Amino acid sequence: MTMVLSSHPIGRTPRRRLGAEIAPSIAYWFATPSIILLVGTMLLPIVVMIAMSFTDYELGALDFSFVGFDNYVSLWGDKTFWRSLLNTAYYVALVVPASVIIGLVLAVMVNGLKRGRRFYQIAFFLPVTSTLIAMATVWKYLLHGKIGPVNHLLTAIGLPGMEFFGDPSLVMPALAIIGVWSLAGFNMVLFTAGLTAIPQELYEASAVDGIDNPIERFFTVTLPMLGPTTMFVIITTSITAFKVFDTVAVLTRGGPQGASDVLLYVNYLEGFQYMRIGLASAITVVFLGIILLLSLVQAKVLERKVHY
Amino acid sequence: MTATVSISSIEKNFGATKTLKGVSVDVAAGEFLTLVGPSGCGKSTLLRIIAGLIPQDGGTISIDGAPVDHLLPKARDVSMVFQSYALYPHMSVRENIATPLKVRRLSSFARWPLVGKFAPGQAAARAEIAEAVKQVAAQVEIEALLDRRPAQLSGGQRQRVALARAMVRQPRVFLMDEPLSNLDARLRVHMRGELSELHQRLGATFIYVTHDQVEAMTMSTRVALMMDGEIVQVATPDEIYTNPADVRVARFIGSPEINLLQGRADPQGRISIAGRATALRTEAVGQLTVGLRPEILTIDDGSSDIVIDGRLQRVERLGHDVLLHVRNDGSDRKNMTLRVSAAELEALQMSGRLEENFTIGARATAALLFDADGKRLPAIHGATASEPLTYSSGRKLVGV
Amino acid sequence: MSRPGSFFMRMGLTPGQIAMHAFLLACAFAMLFPFYWMVLTAFRPSQEVFSATFHWLPQTFVGFDNFREAFAKAPLLRFMANGAIICSGILAVQLLTAIPCAYALAKYEFRGRNLLFALVLFALCVPVQVPALPLYMGLAFTGTLDSYFSLMLPFFLSVFAIFLFRQVFRSFPDDIIHAARLDGMGEMEILWRVVVPSASPAIAAFAVFSITAHWNDLYWPLIVVTSPELAPPPLGMMYFSDTDLGSSFGALMAAATLLTAPLTILFLFAQRHFVQGVTMTGVK
Repeated sequence: MTMVLSSHPIGRTPRRRLGAEIAPSIAYWFATPSIILLVGTMLLPIVVMIAMSFTDYELGALDFSFVGFDNYVSLWGDKTFWRSLLNTAYYVALVVPASVIIGLVLAVMVNGLKRGRRFYQIAFFLPVTSTLIAMATVWKYLLHGKIGPVNHLLTAIGLPGMEFFGDPSLVMPALAIIGVWSLAGFNMVLFTAGLTAIPQELYEASAVDGIDNPIERFFTVTLPMLGPTTMFVIITTSITAFKVFDTVAVLTRGGPQGASDVLLYVNYLEGFQYMRIGLASAITVVFLGIILLLSLVQAKVLERKVHY
Repeated sequence: MTATVSISSIEKNFGATKTLKGVSVDVAAGEFLTLVGPSGCGKSTLLRIIAGLIPQDGGTISIDGAPVDHLLPKARDVSMVFQSYALYPHMSVRENIATPLKVRRLSSFARWPLVGKFAPGQAAARAEIAEAVKQVAAQVEIEALLDRRPAQLSGGQRQRVALARAMVRQPRVFLMDEPLSNLDARLRVHMRGELSELHQRLGATFIYVTHDQVEAMTMSTRVALMMDGEIVQVATPDEIYTNPADVRVARFIGSPEINLLQGRADPQGRISIAGRATALRTEAVGQLTVGLRPEILTIDDGSSDIVIDGRLQRVERLGHDVLLHVRNDGSDRKNMTLRVSAAELEALQMSGRLEENFTIGARATAALLFDADGKRLPAIHGATASEPLTYSSGRKLVGV
Repeated sequence: MSRPGSFFMRMGLTPGQIAMHAFLLACAFAMLFPFYWMVLTAFRPSQEVFSATFHWLPQTFVGFDNFREAFAKAPLLRFMANGAIICSGILAVQLLTAIPCAYALAKYEFRGRNLLFALVLFALCVPVQVPALPLYMGLAFTGTLDSYFSLMLPFFLSVFAIFLFRQVFRSFPDDIIHAARLDGMGEMEILWRVVVPSASPAIAAFAVFSITAHWNDLYWPLIVVTSPELAPPPLGMMYFSDTDLGSSFGALMAAATLLTAPLTILFLFAQRHFVQGVTMTGVK
């Protein structure tokens, strides 16, 4: 590159290409700030992170040594790590179906209204934009074992009250409820976009063909046409759910008895509380691997969606 | 204010496709030259190369004798009207027209949004620009629209704004890229007239690109017909119609399309069509193509030099004129089109001559001969032996 | 005059529609109940909070007492100001870097363009938690932890903005750029004065997306910030709920109300941009 640049002193026209040219160097100037940031805050850190996953480095330590796959081996035998992975999977398995189905049902119903669509869209979208941490504290109160209105409701209909955040078997479902609450409106909007893309003629054609029961219409026209959107929503929600951290950090801190340890929270503890950088990096590599895998599936789905 | 443009041996490749294969043409000062040709022939690419918007791979563009290849578009003193009008969508009409002047006459600080208004020493320039915008707007009759946005204008109005923006800095050369093709038919006819007038009033050099032969024929001083990245012929509209250098030119210019018939020249150069001898003579021997424009064909009354058998297929009434679609059932099985006036048709129908087979006739002097490669052949008819064809002079202008 | 039921019919309320409204209203009630409960509790005296019976409205009116208590216990306004500083700083750098890069990717041919775009697509999948450790160490070594800069650094580059704006700029007509070049504008001027204004809907949507994401982010502030005076709203909320407030749900809810309010108000004023911005990731 430098040779090319130096062979064209300023003020002389380039030999090779004829005709005035919009200096291609301007493109590099335009891209340079982003490239610096991309390398500095993304690519280089990732490389460093992967490299560190093969060391026993601890923050503050004076030196460190390469330990090969030791970190990965100890992860393999680590109960906390596996528990966090399973808890995360459990959370994803609870949140994804619920939030996708609720989002779909809401979108289809709101779309079928003649009036008031706007109101419902605002109402259902409000949780998405709200500060989750603040709302999580509200939820903690709502689900409180003694003074929470949910327990008031349960006792009112004759059920026993539940200590959602104190019972190891209830804590993940409780977190999942908050997750579903904060994601359903988002999925609803994605489905609404998919619904508006369905040509009206298809409904007219199905009416001519004698399908006039709305439920039958939903299963013969709407749902098949929403197929690609649904796939996409499922994967997007999975990625979001997989990254669960905020509610755990604020409400449960992995408790009770590690029943709500999730991958990112364990990673956070290892890296930033216990400062075991090497081990935390290994967890991050696992996390990155899973995220990239999901993204790959997402890209494939998107590709299909385009050709649909 | 006006300038010659010399296009010499321009080449352009996009990947493996040769879009322009060494195009040369000289445009005189104050001329209205139309580049016409089917879509994909490279005419728009050539226009953008003249403007400096895309670099060529070979050849030179000169304006007023000086090469401009190294100059950026803004330094070439040309302005361009685009097919899509290319108005700045977020600016008012006034700002759109003023932009070329502001960029040239105001300091870069004074062009900043908001704070630019406080730049010192720009008042005189601003007043001049405002005045120039007003004048140009009056010329194209859009004074009432100056505060609107392009999105609020009709196609014709946008067209005028685009013209005004091109005119306001009084360039030496105007480049127009199919400026009328997004307009509806009536407006297009009207704007044709206006553009011709504008050209005369400004006296500037116009290079105009279109795929519409009517635009080419009605407005231009000269027409350059492009096909497959080459200029096939450059000539005045009259000349290109009556004396096409190539069968492709003959087919492209003229509507309805010219009738092309297979002919055969015997060793003496006598040409026969569909087995019937004609008065046509040529110096070549063998297969050739005879071109007969629809309006030179008549229903034969015994006086024609060329006769062809025909049977009426269909009558297409265009108002004053009528097109007769005729089929020749001979060896050629060729469909032909005749253009006659409505009055003639009535006379023919009264006499009952259209009801059965008849013969079509034409004068030999009006026929155009092309060899097997489609190149024009000189015809010899009687006394006017080798009529001086502009064929060769037309070719001279075409660079290779 | 009018037949019975015609009013409802005129409103488009057939029995089916009424049933759907009933169902959706129930759903909306469930969705909005946390907000209602938050505001309600913020206006209730604490003895009511701990009563075992359920009431829809405060039984005794305490006015803004809980808010006063919340303000006294934590610098809530400071948290919000921090949020505003961080969000605007991040957004400004994101726009200033992503817009030219996206334009270069969309409208110029240069060597390495495909590689750059591939890297952008890769980075699009990588959440901030992945480069977090090395970034933290880098900040620690340079002694810049616990600062506004450290809060903003990982987000200065938005590959999502690059991706989005590239799509938008690609559909900008080349003819207009050509016209601007002929009119004499430089490339910078064309970008910022011709192309960017026409992309303003996308920019507004992205701004909303970015502000929402970083106003609500907890993970990164939790890592780099140790001084409460730098905390953005979520971290502030966490400090608040950590301090001994078990007895003061009213003040906690008052704080939650205040910290959620800015985005909620922004959302109600610019719903269209909001829905567009927050869901852009999905509809791209």
